Amino acid sequence: MLELVMKISLICLTLSMLGLVYRLIKGPTVPDRVVALDAIGINLVAIIAIISMLLNTNAFLDVILLMGILAFIGTVAFAKFLEKGEIIENDRNQ
Amino acid sequence: MTVISEWLIVIFLLFGSFLSLVAAFGLIRLPDVYTRNHAASKSATLGVMSILLAAFLYFYFIEGHFSSRILLGIAFIFITAPVAGHLISRAAYNSGVKLWEKSVRDDLQYKKKEREH
Repeated sequence: MLELVMKISLICLTLSMLGLVYRLIKGPTVPDRVVALDAIGINLVAIIAIISMLLNTNAFLDVILLMGILAFIGTVAFAKFLEKGEIIENDRNQ
Repeated sequence: MTVISEWLIVIFLLFGSFLSLVAAFGLIRLPDVYTRNHAASKSATLGVMSILLAAFLYFYFIEGHFSSRILLGIAFIFITAPVAGHLISRAAYNSGVKLWEKSVRDDLQYKKKEREH
């Protein structure tokens, strides 16, 4: 039963990622696309967790943490780029 | 004991995947960036947290392996996902993305005008 439920929820996550990819392609503004990419990264975390349960291994659990950190850093960098026009400011005269 | 833990894992998995579907549905259906951000940052976060909790319970009860990395992942996602949502929403407002045309009031507009004067 557990394996069947894992496969069902993998299918649900795949469908929701398809919806997010639709928003990523169509989204009228740039922040829309960033929101969709952030949600895709967070969904990938869940997919990795389910696949490591299906494969009965705990070798992929580092990847969960890594994907979370990478999604956060990417979103923050993109938000700063949208707001200020550059990511790392090198202006020393402030 | 294993039967109870199996049921717990199943419930958390189904709840998480349902919430993830809700997030995708909201991202498709809602009218502007801010409402979409609302849908994505809340329900996707809770869904992923419950799926990670299911993974933690699975590795703890069935494999007998206490995995602190999943707990760290849950805490990290719980802290950072709303912050990322807030940052991207503020960047959208400051870079001039319009609200939905049926939205009633925009309090930040007056603040922005006061700051410019």
